[in-house]
Amino acid sequence: MRTPISYFLVVSVLLFTVGTVGVLIRKNALLIFMSVELQLNAVNLALVAFSRQLGNLTGQVLAFFSMVVAAAEVVVGLAIIVSLYRKRRSADVDDASLLRG
Amino acid sequence: MSLPLTPFIVLLPLAGAAILLLTGKRWPGSSAGVLASTLVGGSFVLSVITLFGLLGRSGSDRLAVTHLWTWIHVGTLTVSVDFRVDPLSIVMAMTVTGVAALIHVYSIDYMQGDPRFPRFFAYLNLFVFFMLTLVLADNFLLLYLGWEGVGLCSYLLIGFWFERRAAAFAAKKAFIVTRIGDSAFLIGIVFIWLKFHSLSFATVFGRAHGLASGTATIIALLLFAGACGKSAQLPLHVWLPDAMEGPTPVSALIHAATMVTAGVYLVVRTHPIFEASGTALTVVAVVGIVTAIYAGFSAIGQDDIKRLLAYSTISQIGFMMFGAGVRAYAAAIFLLVTHAFFKALLFLGAGSVMHALPGDETDMTSMGGLRAAMPITGATWTIAALAMAGIPPFAGFFSKDQVVAAASGAGRYGLWAAALFGALLTAVYISRATFLTFYGKPRFRGHPHEPAFRMRLALVLLAMGAFAGGALGITATNGILAKFLRPVVGSVAEATHGLSELWLAVVSVVVAMVGIGLAAFVYLGKVDWQALRVRFAGPKRLLQRGFYVNDAYNGLLVAPGQAAAAFLAYVFDARVVDGAVNGLGTLFRAAAGAGRRVQTGLVRNYALGVLAGAVGVLVYLAVRF
Amino acid sequence: MVGLITSQPALASAGSHFPWLTVLTFLPLAGAIVLAFFPTANHQLHRRWALLVTVVTFVFSVIMAWQFKGGTAGFQLVDRATWVRTLHFEFFLGVDGISLFLVLLTTFLMPAGVLISWRIENQVKYFMLAFLFLETAMIGSFLALDLLLFFFFFEALLFPMYLIIGGWGSDRRIYAAVKFFLYTMAGSAFLLLGILFLYFKAGAQFGVPTFDYTLLQHLSLPVSTARWLFLAFFVAFAVKTPLFPLHTWLPDAHTEAPTAGSLDLAAVVIKVGAYGLIRFNLGLFPEASNFFRTFVMVLAVIGIIYGAVVALIQVDLKRLVAYSSVSHMGFVVLGIFALSLQGMSGGVLAMVNHGLSTGALFLLVGMLYDRTHTRDLIRLNGLGRILPVYGGVLLFVALSSIGLPGLNGFVGEFLIILGTFVVSKAFAVAAVTGVVLSAIYMLWGYQRLMHGPPVIAGGAIDGNGHGGSSESAGPWAHLKDLELREYFVILPIMAAILFIGIYPKPLLSKIEPSAQHVVTCVGDVKAFSRTIVLNPGVFAPGGGYFACITPVVRSP
Repeated sequence: MRTPISYFLVVSVLLFTVGTVGVLIRKNALLIFMSVELQLNAVNLALVAFSRQLGNLTGQVLAFFSMVVAAAEVVVGLAIIVSLYRKRRSADVDDASLLRG
Repeated sequence: MSLPLTPFIVLLPLAGAAILLLTGKRWPGSSAGVLASTLVGGSFVLSVITLFGLLGRSGSDRLAVTHLWTWIHVGTLTVSVDFRVDPLSIVMAMTVTGVAALIHVYSIDYMQGDPRFPRFFAYLNLFVFFMLTLVLADNFLLLYLGWEGVGLCSYLLIGFWFERRAAAFAAKKAFIVTRIGDSAFLIGIVFIWLKFHSLSFATVFGRAHGLASGTATIIALLLFAGACGKSAQLPLHVWLPDAMEGPTPVSALIHAATMVTAGVYLVVRTHPIFEASGTALTVVAVVGIVTAIYAGFSAIGQDDIKRLLAYSTISQIGFMMFGAGVRAYAAAIFLLVTHAFFKALLFLGAGSVMHALPGDETDMTSMGGLRAAMPITGATWTIAALAMAGIPPFAGFFSKDQVVAAASGAGRYGLWAAALFGALLTAVYISRATFLTFYGKPRFRGHPHEPAFRMRLALVLLAMGAFAGGALGITATNGILAKFLRPVVGSVAEATHGLSELWLAVVSVVVAMVGIGLAAFVYLGKVDWQALRVRFAGPKRLLQRGFYVNDAYNGLLVAPGQAAAAFLAYVFDARVVDGAVNGLGTLFRAAAGAGRRVQTGLVRNYALGVLAGAVGVLVYLAVRF
Repeated sequence: MVGLITSQPALASAGSHFPWLTVLTFLPLAGAIVLAFFPTANHQLHRRWALLVTVVTFVFSVIMAWQFKGGTAGFQLVDRATWVRTLHFEFFLGVDGISLFLVLLTTFLMPAGVLISWRIENQVKYFMLAFLFLETAMIGSFLALDLLLFFFFFEALLFPMYLIIGGWGSDRRIYAAVKFFLYTMAGSAFLLLGILFLYFKAGAQFGVPTFDYTLLQHLSLPVSTARWLFLAFFVAFAVKTPLFPLHTWLPDAHTEAPTAGSLDLAAVVIKVGAYGLIRFNLGLFPEASNFFRTFVMVLAVIGIIYGAVVALIQVDLKRLVAYSSVSHMGFVVLGIFALSLQGMSGGVLAMVNHGLSTGALFLLVGMLYDRTHTRDLIRLNGLGRILPVYGGVLLFVALSSIGLPGLNGFVGEFLIILGTFVVSKAFAVAAVTGVVLSAIYMLWGYQRLMHGPPVIAGGAIDGNGHGGSSESAGPWAHLKDLELREYFVILPIMAAILFIGIYPKPLLSKIEPSAQHVVTCVGDVKAFSRTIVLNPGVFAPGGGYFACITPVVRSP
């Protein structure tokens, strides 16, 4: 018996919502970053679920791509956050507003 | 055939001006004045020779045009530097050079010791050059060149003592007020070209009778507006009294004898256009006589001897205009010539008096009885005064009488009566000036003395002219001048109306005698005129201020004009026009300023933006499908 | 997309004569390039070199003018070469009666500009570099017959001008320089659009796109399109001229620029605007020129009166002269758009006249500024006795500017008034009020400056502290009258002013055929459009059907 796709989607939506709220309310750059990862994984879950539902591998392949890109992103992003932290002694994103017009 | 000397009449003074302007400082002592006088004298001699050349021909053949070069040529417009010698222009040229030569001689002593002595003579020579260009020009544009040129010299010479603010101001005022008239003149010239496709006198006057009378009226009035400015006729007369700030020989030459009468010359020269209109002639006559009477009244109220003479000049030119307006062209020119003599003489006399009194006194109430100390000046002045008042056998009698009589002869008795009244005023004010200055009790300070030799010489020679000048025109129809001018201005219409010439003359003399008697009664009799001045201070002031015309201009034109200019410059240009430009700049800045607020620099705000955008897209898709 | 740049400019079509115009245009630039290699410290060398280059350029331009044949309207001494073949972009220079005297005016005034800058002490080398570069751009603007080439030169004017104002100007120089730059640049944007539109239109119509002026005259455009294009060109040139209400950059730029900069701006740069109106607006869009004629004439008349009225109460000498320029350029544009032979000839002559007299006025103001370090008419007065020669020269030039007959200004002004009167009496009469007003502001300024007692009330502003003793003579008692160098600056200009005043024939006779050509062209189109073409959408005749095409005169 196949688990209905709606189960996966509900989990995915929950995950995504948690991620979104995290991005919006967290101040710490590291936590925001983790929340973004949550969002990505929520989308990956949805992709895989749809892939299975439709019997089409494209979604799974896309999920792999997204994971690889996310990994690369983590590398760069973490490096930025670390260097930011070294400069400012804080990972609070509200402190980093140099681009304010 | 041309008269070969014509260009040199004009060029001699120009050469003098050029030499003195460029090398003025190198001429020691009074040599600059001698040079300038010699050149103008030479010009006079050449004019006389040219006159004889002209007299050697028959009446209708008395015209010679000397072509020098083509000045402006574009398409069908051709304007040449052509000089025209005909009876009218040679009479003008001789008057100009003759009077100018005497005034040059007078100035050598008068301006002695002035730090800018050579420059003064350079300007005088330049003036004579432009004046001769004006009267000898053969087309309207060259005439205009002379016309503007004399205006320039008038500016330079009124403001010769430019350290005095009043002189600088008067110079500027003279130039600007006359330029208002000149601009109308320029339009008139352009209009003439439009109608005739030529600016040369022969062509224009030959075809003038074919003009529609409306067009002729407009053109004539435009020309007359120019004449009004230059000749200080109402309503553009306000500059002349102020122009007395210039050195007195300048007043004599420019503001009495020559430049200011250029307007009369213009009207007489262009009379075919005025005749084609008819209406314009009436305007000329009326403006002339109104000016004559207005300025006559104003002159009575003056205490400053030069201002009195200035108003007198305005008034006399009014008479000349009046003469031209009633088609007595020869009489108008006759008056112009005799006026040049006696008015120049009066000014030079005034200059002698000023020189003799401490501090260049011009207030006649501080003179009186100068005749004893300055017999020559007094005698020559008296001759000039009698000439102006119109007492025979002095020159002014004949000329003015002919002008006045012409109105009667044409059957215009209203104008005739007005002219007689003007003559009465003339007699009153000039007698008043004479009595206040040279007769009665001495009221002056200092020890007056006769002027230097060259000044006396000029006075005496001019007095001879003022005395005997009438010989040029004993009768209106058969006078020497009238006959000579006939080829240009046509014959004088025989009097068809009114009294005979003899009776008219008698009436004129009686009027003049009444005027003199009136003045004698007040200023020589037992009347306490100084008490009258206090008692009638208001009317006196009204006359002295020239009926407040100048003040009205200041209040109604100058002040609002300045306010308008200030508004345009500081409010409209700076705020509105430039404000629009800078406003555009400010607008972009403001837009950018508003736009950059979005850029908070806070990551989470951006994230919120992304969310809102995603939601927006979703909503759009949901609605669309 | 790199175009083929021909390594050797091959002289094409117009015969292989000596390339007068090319050499003339690039002579100053070549001088500038040589100057760039001079040691920076030797200021005197830079000045002398720049003077030499400008004088040689002037002499060369006179020789060029000698080759110019009068009596024909076509472009002469044409130099042509393909530059970027793929773009059909040509190097194309030619001169006709309209541009000839503007080029001569430019080269004539440049030595004066160098001489008047003799006292500049900072960065002399770069000043002279910018100055020489500017001369090339100015000459090129008048000679270019390829629209893109014209645009290059037109824009190339801006950079050296910007540097000269911004680098060597007075207090508010940066503001003025930026304003000048942005303002004229904004206008040029429309010009570029217009040029590109014509370019592609030519591609559609002829099969090959082109920037060639003489070819573009053959173009047939829909009436409404031509009118829009007219406006695009007009905005660019109206800003440059400047025409009311696009004039406000000019007082600022003139006032803040160093003397030589004001000279260049007033005498030459703004002439490019009026020149462009004749060459491009009238030459390319004759029908639209007729359509907008009244509109332009109204602007011109407003400019005449407005500029004069605003000049009336300026207390900064340079601003006074600057606003008088607005008024005079109004006259020029009025004459041009009267579209009569006299008006057009007068307009072209008035450009030259304005260059001479207003240029001289700026030079004289600069000489005074060198002495007093102020241009404020409140502080400057009673100089007539201290500087008699200077006063005389200033009066001479001022009289030329207000159109005294016998000096140059009058000839142009009279022709313009006459040419306008023939077409519209009302415009001519309105313009004549400008003649009166010009006398008022000039003489007012002159009186403030020169007349009055040499003692001034504010002896205290002497600044040297000895108020008591210097007050008797005023703060300016120590001023020296003109020196030799300044005579060299001003005397040639005065000679030209007098010469044109009494004998303008050599100029007018060469201007006339070209002026006649433009007027005939626009007039023919008008006659034609009256009879046939008035419905929008119907093709307006390109000049090709009429007398508009300006021929290229083959050199012997």
